[in-house]
Amino acid sequence: MSRRRWRLLAPALLLVGIAACRGDHDDRHTLTFWAMGRESEAVAQLMPAFEREHPDIRVDVQQLPWKAAHQKLLTAIAGDTTPDVAQLGNTWLAEMCALDALEPLQPYVERSRVVQPADYFPGIWATNRIDGTLVGIPWYVDTRLLFYRKDLLAAAGFDAPPRDWAAWSRQLAALQAQAAPDHYAILLPTNEFEQLLSLALQQDEPLLRDGGRYGNFESAGFKRALAFYVERFKRHEAPLLANTEVPNPWAEVGRGVYAFYFSGPWNIGEFRQRLPASRQDEWATAPLPGPHGPGAGIASGSSLVIFRHSPRKAQAWLLIEYLSRPEVQQQFYALLGDMPPRRSAWRGDALRGDPAVQAFHEQLERVKPTPPVPEWERIVTEMQLVAARAAHGELTVDQAAAEIDRRTDAILAKRRWMLDRAGRAR
Amino acid sequence: MSRGRTAWLFLTPALLVLGVFFFVPVLGALGLSLTDYDLYALADIRNLRFVGLHNYGELLQRPLFWTALGNTFYFVVVGVPLSIGASLGTALLLNSPLARMKAFHRTVLFAPVVTTVVAVAVIWRYLFNTRYGLVNHALAVLGLNPVDWLGDPHWAMPTIIAFAVWKNFGYNMIILLAGLQAVPPELYEAARIDGASRWRQFRHITLPMLRPTMVLVMVLTVAGYFQLFAEPYVMTEGGPLQSTTSVLYLMYDDGFKWWNFGVASAVAFALFGIILAVTMLLLRLARRGAAA
Repeated sequence: MSRRRWRLLAPALLLVGIAACRGDHDDRHTLTFWAMGRESEAVAQLMPAFEREHPDIRVDVQQLPWKAAHQKLLTAIAGDTTPDVAQLGNTWLAEMCALDALEPLQPYVERSRVVQPADYFPGIWATNRIDGTLVGIPWYVDTRLLFYRKDLLAAAGFDAPPRDWAAWSRQLAALQAQAAPDHYAILLPTNEFEQLLSLALQQDEPLLRDGGRYGNFESAGFKRALAFYVERFKRHEAPLLANTEVPNPWAEVGRGVYAFYFSGPWNIGEFRQRLPASRQDEWATAPLPGPHGPGAGIASGSSLVIFRHSPRKAQAWLLIEYLSRPEVQQQFYALLGDMPPRRSAWRGDALRGDPAVQAFHEQLERVKPTPPVPEWERIVTEMQLVAARAAHGELTVDQAAAEIDRRTDAILAKRRWMLDRAGRAR
Repeated sequence: MSRGRTAWLFLTPALLVLGVFFFVPVLGALGLSLTDYDLYALADIRNLRFVGLHNYGELLQRPLFWTALGNTFYFVVVGVPLSIGASLGTALLLNSPLARMKAFHRTVLFAPVVTTVVAVAVIWRYLFNTRYGLVNHALAVLGLNPVDWLGDPHWAMPTIIAFAVWKNFGYNMIILLAGLQAVPPELYEAARIDGASRWRQFRHITLPMLRPTMVLVMVLTVAGYFQLFAEPYVMTEGGPLQSTTSVLYLMYDDGFKWWNFGVASAVAFALFGIILAVTMLLLRLARRGAAA
């Protein structure tokens, strides 16, 4: 291109540039909010009230299917096209943090009158703190506990669910003794890691050691949890089935095929919908028994985060504050059944008056975070693959624990190298 | 301007497009496969290490890679003959002088090829649903027990093969039909006068005359079937018990689920090597057969 033509073109480009800036200026207050699955549909209904309170902000809720969400987030980070605010599964926080994609939120919380850390369940709040930095505000919580058949337990001679492992073992044995053929005391789908992970979190030993450099699955605590888990299959108290082979666990619990079902809060709605009204008082929920008295559970759920590259962080924080209000969280619970992470939100009538969710309330006070390393999802996937082999009797507890450690150490090799290098640089 | 330069000038646009969208990415991927590019490297490029052939070595020691390779070979070894058999059968029917409404039948048989894999796979998932699917309904009418088509590790791959064959046979059918129409009718006339049966006409005229077309179809189909991905992705997500995890599916998981692009690129090049080797073998066999 000749210099002369370039000179002619330059003002035109400048104009285009100004027009682009101008366009940016016009929608300065449009917040992009990425939400996943059913949450994205429900939260869209909460937006008109927020926009009425803040006429200068418009929220564009973009829906991501859960299956594609993780990939889409990483692609957005790689391509620097992240939204302003997003819902993130709390096990993804460490990963996003390693990519330096999230805005630290501690300064916002300190100035906020709405978000009060002391009001949150401590285990859930802790999952949002990665290496000492707060990167997310819990939005809704999720844990696993026991659903059980009251009448079957009573028929076996127990008037209350177990509070510790010893009582639980006795109840499982008694239930199995009186079970019909192909009926089981408990359903523990072999392809779900949450059950074993819950038992493992009840132990004193951490699951990773040396600052997340190595697996700690050969600790006495994890082996105890794994042995308890495998024992259920060995004694035929639990069937060797993956959840794909149990398409309708609710009907089967209703028929008494399983007396205990170790699962999550969405089942409350499923049981209410799928079992006839006459049988609704046969099932109940109970917090998890621990090795010695009531035990810990997993702290999953989603958090709200602000991306570091957002030019609208102040507005984004206003949105997070709005969604964190106890009364808005109660509305969200009414829309979807997602449980609020704040104790004050649990004082609403819908939650307080519901006996089935009370066990969750109790359990949420005792949830524990998993190790905050980006590799955790891969580690826990491998843990369950090996544990399923132990459940099938292919490996002993000791062999399985060693195998999980071996696989975990391989997954963490890169992390060790990075930590060591950072240590040398310091 | 010489002829050579003119030729290059005309080729430049195509070469540029190929270079930017094919050769550069392929070289990039080859480079990536020699590194440990992962999430940490995405965060900070200083976290990238050159690891040589380490990714390839690790791959060979990974049980899941061998499972995926076994599944892929199963799919190719069973799927390719079935697919080509179906193509040849329908092409012969369409080419038969007895066939009526040829254009209509050709269109109908070709239709699955132009549908989108994902949409049709969803429909097949309904058809093969254990409880509500039409297929099990038909089995029940015949008095047979229902089969858990996509949930049983032994049945999932056959179901996916059936789907892939149905989806793809139309394409080869058209190529083979063109090959059949190119066979000179005099050969059949001469054979008939010599008293050759239909079967002998097929064996000694049709098949030899189709040979070059068959080799082409075989090579294309084998290369395509080795790249099995969309069908298990939509229908089974690689399950149950990883029985439908193909090599490409493994690459997708490594790359886009765990973001280990170094490992994923190594998987891609391993698959490329396998396809190349198998294709060379096929071509050599074909040449030897032609010489004999």
